[in-house]
Amino acid sequence: MTVPPTDTSHPDYFHRVVDCQWACPAHTDVPEYIRLIALGQFSDAYIVNRESNVFPGILGRVCDRPCEPACRRGRVEDKPVAICRLKRVAADHKDDISSRLPVIPAQKNGRKVACIGAGPASLTVANDLLPLGYEVVVFEQWDKPGGLMRTNIPAFRLPETVLAEEIGYIEQMGAQIRYNSRIDSLRQLLETGGFDAVFVGSGAPKGKELKLPGRTEGGANIHIGINWLESVAFKHLDRIGEKVLIIGVGNTAMDCCRSSLRLGAREVKVMARKPRQFFKASEWELEDAESENVEIVVNHSPKAFVVEDGKLKGMLFEQMAYDFDGRGRITAERVTGETFIAADDVILAIGQENAFPWIENDLGIEFDQWHVPVVDVTTHQSTRPGVFFGGDAAFGPKNIIWAVEHGHQAAISIHNHCMGQPVTERLPPTLNLSSRKMGLHEWSYKNDYNPVERRLVPHVSLVERFKKISIEVELGFDAEQTAKEVERCLNCDIQTVFEAKACIECDACIDICPTDCLTITQNGEEAELSQRLKAPRKHPHQPLYVSAPLKHTGRVMVKDEDLCVHCGLCAERCPTAAWDMQKSKINLPHANDHQWPSPQQRKTA
Amino acid sequence: MSFINKPKVRHPDLPQNQLGLTRRDYEGAMSTLCAGCGHDSVTSSITQAIWELNLRPEQLAKLSGIGCSSKTTAYFASGAHGFNSVHGRMPSIAAGANAANKDLHYIGVSGDGDSLSIGFGQFAHAIRRNVNMLYICENNGVYGLTKGQFSASADIGTRSKKGEENRQAPVDPCLAALSLGGSFIARSFSGDREQLVPLIKAGLMHKGFAMIDVISPCVTFNDHVGSTKSYEFTREHYHEAVHTDYIPARTEITASYGAGEVLPVQMHDGSQLRLRKLDKDYDPNHRGKAFEYLRTRLRQGEHVTGLIFLSPGHDPDMHEMLHTTDVPLNQVPYEQLHPGAAGLASILKRYA
Ligand SMILES: Cc1cc2nc3c(=O)[nH]c(=O)nc-3n(C[C@H](O)[C@H](O)[C@H](O)COP(=O)(O)OP(=O)(O)OC[C@H]3O[C@@H](n4cnc5c(N)ncnc54)[C@H](O)[C@@H]3O)c2cc1C
Ligand SMILES: Cc1ncc(C[n+]2csc(CCOP(=O)(O)OP(=O)(O)O)c2C)c(N)n1
Ligand code: SF4
Ligand code: SF4
Ligand code: SF4
Ligand SMILES: [Mg+2]
Repeated sequence: MTVPPTDTSHPDYFHRVVDCQWACPAHTDVPEYIRLIALGQFSDAYIVNRESNVFPGILGRVCDRPCEPACRRGRVEDKPVAICRLKRVAADHKDDISSRLPVIPAQKNGRKVACIGAGPASLTVANDLLPLGYEVVVFEQWDKPGGLMRTNIPAFRLPETVLAEEIGYIEQMGAQIRYNSRIDSLRQLLETGGFDAVFVGSGAPKGKELKLPGRTEGGANIHIGINWLESVAFKHLDRIGEKVLIIGVGNTAMDCCRSSLRLGAREVKVMARKPRQFFKASEWELEDAESENVEIVVNHSPKAFVVEDGKLKGMLFEQMAYDFDGRGRITAERVTGETFIAADDVILAIGQENAFPWIENDLGIEFDQWHVPVVDVTTHQSTRPGVFFGGDAAFGPKNIIWAVEHGHQAAISIHNHCMGQPVTERLPPTLNLSSRKMGLHEWSYKNDYNPVERRLVPHVSLVERFKKISIEVELGFDAEQTAKEVERCLNCDIQTVFEAKACIECDACIDICPTDCLTITQNGEEAELSQRLKAPRKHPHQPLYVSAPLKHTGRVMVKDEDLCVHCGLCAERCPTAAWDMQKSKINLPHANDHQWPSPQQRKTA
Repeated sequence: MSFINKPKVRHPDLPQNQLGLTRRDYEGAMSTLCAGCGHDSVTSSITQAIWELNLRPEQLAKLSGIGCSSKTTAYFASGAHGFNSVHGRMPSIAAGANAANKDLHYIGVSGDGDSLSIGFGQFAHAIRRNVNMLYICENNGVYGLTKGQFSASADIGTRSKKGEENRQAPVDPCLAALSLGGSFIARSFSGDREQLVPLIKAGLMHKGFAMIDVISPCVTFNDHVGSTKSYEFTREHYHEAVHTDYIPARTEITASYGAGEVLPVQMHDGSQLRLRKLDKDYDPNHRGKAFEYLRTRLRQGEHVTGLIFLSPGHDPDMHEMLHTTDVPLNQVPYEQLHPGAAGLASILKRYA
């Protein structure tokens, strides 16, 4: 069995080559905005971002950045492009963009949508539906919008002004946010609200408990991480004891330990059950915490809270040892001893759960055994038509960029639902390619490989940053750093497109390719063919292009997309233009691309 | 001519040779030849071969004449010694350099014009002298550099890009070398790296003159329909008579062949060649039969490739014949190198 010629007409083929865009849940067009930043067109770069991720200023600071581990540059060298920090550059240096926000029609379409919770998921739904003439009402229990972005992400990572600006755009577009309006009965909303659809974007608001001896007795000094961060954000709390233990080592733990340091703690320990390779926190969050002298203690499993005279004294831990298999997985664990660690306060940061006490169980909305609603992954519709879920409320805690993407997808469904179309009727993604060849040896793009290393973001000094909890620790890139960092992007959307009919098998492209991506060889079974490539196939999940048989010898052109640096030399050196450099543009339909005649229009027609 | 430079970035897992160098470390300057020129493929095969041989670039001397082909030497092993001579004079420069220092590996790259027209006499005498070198003739049937005039290797009946037909008999470098006494004579094709790389390695390790005629299409002036040295024609009229495997010294030999199919040849450095006969009746150790075979196939319009002839006996190289010093001249002490006034007088007295 030989490998059939690769079908590059499917939009996913070239989309996958743009690793960052493929990895981004909202598929932000990263190379395009990086080029715009390189040209100094910050506002344009911001708008490109906003179209897919809605909150570039917020995400340019605190995004989970799944794009960066995926970035091609990180495979060719060690470190990926600082995609996230470049996004912040666009947001920080743009001009006033309010005139470039989506246009809101004066004539409404007569449909009303309710969103529960003013987090990123609901705000995205509003962002997508308002331009189509919907009336969108957002119900929020607190007196401020933003969800966990405001109540849990500390101000030293995400300043209030940035939140206010970007949520402000959506309010400016006409979102009606009803503050201090907790929904306590979905039935009531459905029955008396007069809404055509309801979007549940209420998050995963319940912090997990740790039921150990002493939990109740020491309760005054034992806090649930997300609630504690919320109290800090709302300034209900501005002190903590000198010695603080954080239980758990995810991103919430990192925010708890760093916040503690700003509220008077002197000695903060993050207690982990397992060794470092099992930590859930992102590498950069761990680094930031450790640079502030937070101690991370591994292999300690909580056993009991120690309380004397009604006052928390500390915690008892079991010391753990583990055995691993060849793949690094734990095969056995043992307790090797016990230790007491003194503490004035303990913060539990061991996870979040969904909780919907306000959804009656006879509404036709099904939940699974973990109390997570049954939601369709594509349409976001629950088991009750017209009720949609997105963000952390849909499938459990994720992150902001996923909440945004859920919002986009749910908005399409809501639009379809309101227009009397099946929610499954969704436009497929499309992809355009356009050649960058201008003439012999002339290209309308430049892709000199710049070997410069990843720039480091400057931070506020360790002395200065602790003075106030609202001092943003990370400063943005300066002009010189930006100029260097943009050069590191390889323009993965400038695609290598092959025309098998034209190839004369001269080997010019094979010889010139700096990373040895290309091979001309006999076709074969994929696994076996992969062994015959000019350079080892490092990442088999990366696409392998196999051409149609070449006309002289019947061999095939094989390209391992993995380490292509998009330098364009194959196309430059090809005598017959069998290789061409073509820019790909991926179009991922949003609600406004789904243009249905409104139900009234259809009736009159 | 390309204006994008090949970046230094490379595949992180590129294999290293015994010296810890990757193939990329054996590259030279960015080629200025036409995109798709066969000569660039030859460059790449040379690069691969010297990397596989674990040669240090400075153990190598690259020599060439004039022509697109002769520019090849600039495009590999930047760290090697080199001399770019006037048109057709590369063999003399190679002979001179070799006389002065027999420790280096000599690799001369020339073209069909450079070797078979203006440099034909030089070419012939380097073979006669059995200069210890690898001589690569990048043969495209035209003078590429001067815009595609027929060269002396153009076949009768081949057509130029404008349509004229060649009527003059060609000089075949392999037949010429066979008749002049060459001890290692091969032909290959720029587009057949599996054949060419082992031949280059064998040629470099052969003690004496090793000639490889490499059909190397000129994509700009001789790659059209009607040309007998185009990519397409070469692929269609390609006949590999003997395949050569190069087995480095101290390698366990694992492949097994049927009796009579493989001729093992011991090289002076301990490495081994294994000649696999693809044509049973062919004998690559017999000069007369090789000559006959080649000529017959040529008449039928076929390009015979592979190691066409390897001398079975010991053919003394230039140094052995001339009894010249084993020590490179740059290492001979001044006193020894310079006879002094008295010594000179006594030498001159011999001719009095
Ligand atoms: C400590 C911490 C740090 C984090 N850091 C990051 C980070 O750096 N980067 C990142 O990408 N993600 C981070 N996250 C995750 C991220 O904040 C969430 O995934 C994201 O905010 C989810 O968005 P959402 O719209 O689904 O819901 P939420 O942001 O949770 O918003 C839900 C909103 O609904 C309101 N609400 C809930 N119930 C009701 C009701 N019944 N009636 C009315 N209103 C209601 C809530 O008050 C809230 O405002 C972090 C999470 C935590 C806990
Ligand atoms: C003494 C002299 N005569 C003529 C020329 C012009 N000239 C330059 S290259 C060349 C022919 C090169 O042909 P070939 O060796 O086949 O190289 P190719 O370009 O085909 O690879 C000629 C005639 C010259 N440079 N010097
Ligand atoms: S190099 Fe640029 S385009 Fe390619 S994956 Fe990284 S950021 Fe995206
Ligand atoms: S350079 Fe062009 S013609 Fe030559 S092998 Fe590559 S694709 Fe084919
Ligand atoms: S003219 Fe012919 S021989 Fe010279 S570089 Fe161009 S293709 Fe090669
Ligand atoms: Mg020539």
